[in-house]
Amino acid sequence: MLQGLNAIQLRNNIRDGQITSREAVEWTLERIANLDPGIGAYLSVFADKAMDQARVVDAKIAAGKPVGPLAGMPIAIKDNMCYVEGLTTCGSKILANFKPPYNAHAVEKLLAADAVIVGKTNMDEFAMGSSTENSGLQKTVNPWDTSRVPGGSSGGSAAAMAAGMCFAALGTDTGGSIRQPASLCGIVGLKPTYGRISRYGLVAYGSSLDQIGPLTSCVEDAALLLGVLAGHDERDSTSVDERMAPVPDYLGELGKPIDELKIAIVPELIDKAEASVRDAAKAALELYKKFGATLVEVQMPHFDYSIAAYYVIATAEASSNLARYDGCHYGYRSPHAHDYIEVYSKSRAEGFGAEVKRRIMLGTFALSSGYYDAYYLKALKVRNLIRQDYTNAFAKADCLMMPVAPTTAFKLGEKTDDPLQMYLADVYTIAVNLAGVPGVSIPCGFDEKRLPIGLQIIGPAFSEDKLLRIGRMFESKTDYHKQRPTLQG
Amino acid sequence: MNQNINRQQVERVAHLSRLDLTEKELELFSGQLAAVVEYIQKLNELKTNGVEPLAHCLPVHNVFRNDAVKPSLATEDALANAPDRTDDFFKVPRILDDSSGA
Repeated sequence: MLQGLNAIQLRNNIRDGQITSREAVEWTLERIANLDPGIGAYLSVFADKAMDQARVVDAKIAAGKPVGPLAGMPIAIKDNMCYVEGLTTCGSKILANFKPPYNAHAVEKLLAADAVIVGKTNMDEFAMGSSTENSGLQKTVNPWDTSRVPGGSSGGSAAAMAAGMCFAALGTDTGGSIRQPASLCGIVGLKPTYGRISRYGLVAYGSSLDQIGPLTSCVEDAALLLGVLAGHDERDSTSVDERMAPVPDYLGELGKPIDELKIAIVPELIDKAEASVRDAAKAALELYKKFGATLVEVQMPHFDYSIAAYYVIATAEASSNLARYDGCHYGYRSPHAHDYIEVYSKSRAEGFGAEVKRRIMLGTFALSSGYYDAYYLKALKVRNLIRQDYTNAFAKADCLMMPVAPTTAFKLGEKTDDPLQMYLADVYTIAVNLAGVPGVSIPCGFDEKRLPIGLQIIGPAFSEDKLLRIGRMFESKTDYHKQRPTLQG
Repeated sequence: MNQNINRQQVERVAHLSRLDLTEKELELFSGQLAAVVEYIQKLNELKTNGVEPLAHCLPVHNVFRNDAVKPSLATEDALANAPDRTDDFFKVPRILDDSSGA
């Protein structure tokens, strides 16, 4: 009965009394019980608490009281956002028993909108990875092919969405961690402008890059979620002042196409993707041309340097952010430590996984005496040049389009021995975070193995309303976003 | 810059990072980090004379708030995740050496 409904349809059905939130939550919990043993998307499921939340919403509706825009909707949250229910592990052994004493701003917003939080999803440890294989706690597979990765680092949220084990999910994106798993799992993933959504209560990775965003089954649902989450919060000093960037009604004009749409493309970038991805991107551009859009070829001469700049900047920030895991205040403490230095060095060595250690060391190296100018300062200058590439592109067009990932979902284990190969999987997504601009991944096709392909639409800062309208234009004439994997529970 | 990372530097960086790595990890990470650092040298291809470093994407400035007392975490909540505690304190191994007789 509920299968195939998007979040807005479900919300409307609940609000109109056609079904109850309890029924929706029970259906979702049953699906998780049947399917998740084979997918591994959830790290924790809050069955009792979710049913309590559903009962509260149902009671409000029965009493004719007003309800929020996410009334009764089962939602999943990436496990790096603090929620007072259960644990917040960040996919790490070092936080395996951490019980947050407060809710993240994004979680507060969901609850205030009457959403029901069904569980927390798996992720690459501290959001460092592109396949969710760096989780210290659990393996997650792609619902389209369980021998393949779901992408990462928000792989649990993307897999839960693709398998219909929630109606919307939250992820975070530091270098592509919402868009890339959305692409690999055949759903919509939106990385908003840096500062659009408060990160209060989000476990920090790369603070000048991190952003929270929704993973949904369609563009309309992404607009709904963004409307709930966006806005100023004084508890995050990078949260943007709404006088500078007001929060528009993202759903209001969503169905209205953009007249005389100009799309910037970098042809040689599209050609770099594997054939199936390249062809799907080109077919999508052809469809936009049929809508009356004009393609504008642009140059992005510094794009090719974005991975190198990112892995200096993000790791430098991570090395500083993760210094707080000291075995003293919260998190894992090694039982083998004999003095206070060993409390740090053994707790961290035993608590962090390999990729987190590599990134902490790389960042420490880039910031260390004698290397700071050569690596960190250099990367910040290149970051400025990369941002300039975007500014120049947006001077000529409304948006920029390119693939999300160079390939469709790759095999589990295929890249785990070679960190650099894993980093290169982020080639199309990383520059967006360096520039701080928004990007959305929408389903645009399938390869010959019936693995999903995503199209990335990127716009200037705070152009999410326009990006979503552009995405909706494509979605209204295609049904890629409606297709779901065949699953056996 | 043409400054790659060798085994000795990996050991130094592990120490600075307070990571007590095993021999096997030091060996593995030395190779992997050298490959990544070599890739990063790519940045040298770009001339950046006169380019301002960009630490932050948005034109946001220092944010001030009123110096007013607001509710914050209760002591018990703040200590609830502590690996070890004594009364209202986080408990850690001795930091100061008292063998000096001072």
